[in-house]
Amino acid sequence: MKYRVENLILAHIGVSFATLAAAAVLGAWQMTVRSGIDPPFATPETYFASVSAHGTIMGYVMPTLFTMGFGYFVAVTALDQPLPSMRLAWAGFWLAAVGTVAAIVPIVMGKATVLYTFYPPLTGSVFYYLGVLLIVVGSWAWVALMIWAMAIWKRDNPGRPVPLAMFGTVTNAYLWLWTTGGVAVEIIFQLIPASLGWTQMIDVGLARTLFAWTLHPIVYFWLLPAYIAFYTMAPQAAGAPLYSDVMGRLSFILLLLFSLPVGMHHLFMDPEHGTAFKFLQAMLTALVVLPTLLTIFTISASMEIAGRLRGGKGLFGWIAALPWDRPMVLATCLSFVLLGFGGFGGVVNMAYGMNAMIHNTSWVTAHFHLIFGGAVVIMYYAITYQIWPILLGREAADVRPLRLQLWLWFIGIIITTFPWHVLGLLGQPRRIATFDYANPAIAPWQPWVFVSMFGGYLMLASALLFVWNIATLYRARPVGDNRMHYAVAVYPPARLPNALNGFALWNWLVLFLMVVAYGYPLGQFFLMDVYPGLVHRVDIGS
Amino acid sequence: MIAVIVVSSFAMAIHPPSHVEAIDPTTLNTNVEFAECNLGTRVNPDGSVTVRIIATQFEFLPRCIPVPKGQQVTFRVTSPDVIHGFFIAGSNANTMVVPGYVAQLRTVFSTAGNYLMPCHEFCGLGHSEMWALVKVLEGAQWKTDASGKASCEIPR
Repeated sequence: MKYRVENLILAHIGVSFATLAAAAVLGAWQMTVRSGIDPPFATPETYFASVSAHGTIMGYVMPTLFTMGFGYFVAVTALDQPLPSMRLAWAGFWLAAVGTVAAIVPIVMGKATVLYTFYPPLTGSVFYYLGVLLIVVGSWAWVALMIWAMAIWKRDNPGRPVPLAMFGTVTNAYLWLWTTGGVAVEIIFQLIPASLGWTQMIDVGLARTLFAWTLHPIVYFWLLPAYIAFYTMAPQAAGAPLYSDVMGRLSFILLLLFSLPVGMHHLFMDPEHGTAFKFLQAMLTALVVLPTLLTIFTISASMEIAGRLRGGKGLFGWIAALPWDRPMVLATCLSFVLLGFGGFGGVVNMAYGMNAMIHNTSWVTAHFHLIFGGAVVIMYYAITYQIWPILLGREAADVRPLRLQLWLWFIGIIITTFPWHVLGLLGQPRRIATFDYANPAIAPWQPWVFVSMFGGYLMLASALLFVWNIATLYRARPVGDNRMHYAVAVYPPARLPNALNGFALWNWLVLFLMVVAYGYPLGQFFLMDVYPGLVHRVDIGS
Repeated sequence: MIAVIVVSSFAMAIHPPSHVEAIDPTTLNTNVEFAECNLGTRVNPDGSVTVRIIATQFEFLPRCIPVPKGQQVTFRVTSPDVIHGFFIAGSNANTMVVPGYVAQLRTVFSTAGNYLMPCHEFCGLGHSEMWALVKVLEGAQWKTDASGKASCEIPR
């Protein structure tokens, strides 16, 4: 590559997938414990430490490092300029890498069994919270570099539209900066003082609200790389232009706006908030389906163009004519299917009243594993299959193992999560290590758990095959031309209004929406008489 | 979908549990309402039914909760220690139990029988063992003592 960023990107994405493989092992083992098989090492201590590690990796480490690495790739290839500061980028990487170790070690030692959602007043080792904080601070270096790189490009290319892939990446950088605000305040002002023993009390309602601020948009931060690939990589892989560039920008902006003021839908069942703001945020949550519908329409239209260019005829003939042998095309289709199923479950979750039926049951676990583990991670695989060969300057001779891996993941996630929906409706709570299947009321759950465990092992097999596929690339044949080509719109915009080429307006709008949505819900803890809870340490004793 | 939510919440008053009522978790031991003798199911002088529950590491007090079929029941739940979850599987009775607050919700059980009541939020290493039982009783099975208290037992 032109700008010598290969090692930086490989380091980020390599660490990301190394941790994913470990977390996939933990996930399959956790399903085995829940099934009642009683595998080796199964105790409450190991089970909940495993859940804490699985969540910390899949929530904080894997997607953050992947998104950073992919962002650096987009910044140099889409803008065709070097990164503003390699030193800052490496500093961000090392902060995140050290943070990862600092967070995982106390979990393995059983000193931070608080799950990745923290649950104060439970309080673990300070190193766990510092580790998570370091990952976040490291990612802020990436945020700064993305914004900086776009500013340099706009200075050098006055009046020209920022390439769509970079526009999406910078959207995600701003989104992440807004997202991390809540959890950073919780960690710095509540969790770290408690874990150091400086405070004995913790305002639990405030902590939950701050975490909810982060908990929804963080999912959109994970999701945006997949959307960037939908718009700028999938049509190219299918051999067609993108149907509309402006639609992509609108979707990215809508995701920024409507992923943030909605996190209180995680608190529908919480006693510390009244109905008014829960209802307001439920309505705002409903709006977040808009960018997804826009995206599915635009990408389907782009795919139809590709199919017809390849000679597909009739109402559906273009679908058969698509180049399904290409991993990016296949993954995009599989991702849409998973997004559809996951979105369906999500609409039930956000439905204010209906949420009471499924809150904290396996239904919710099914929803976010479909969306994130399914729709998003399958696109992480596809993106990696596209960019890793470019970074190495080598090309896989045979893409069949790549397709097999994508299909395995797709089938695995479906077999894992469909039974979870059923179990959720039957009333199975999530986050429980073992069930008393001797109880006749619980016994009917067991066959469903067995089926989902089988799906978990399929996903594990797929994750390991992915690692193998990447490893074999290092022995693949070198290619001469390893430039990256992004999809360009049918009618590429020549000039754009500032609103579609920058973020000043949208950041002000986010600020407004956040003040409206969270001003009172956060302010109430300082306005009314609230009673904090006593800190409960989980890292003391033997 | 949005129309359904708007209609069901405004016209049918279907709301999530959002009873913002603060209580000091550190002095729950001297709180009169949640004193041991007041826990469990009670028929109030006006005939309404209230169930008071303490969720604590790692059990519900009481562990067996009788309620009448077809009558509105008000649950009031709180925690002296960490976050717990309150969920009656197969019903819409679902709330977080957050230390510092009384979680209150009302529901009607239309089918008699035994309902599982797991703690549905991670509360520590003993979390998986934290289950209670709700018995929805009808006819002669539903009875209270002279003070209006109803109780039941689960074989250990």
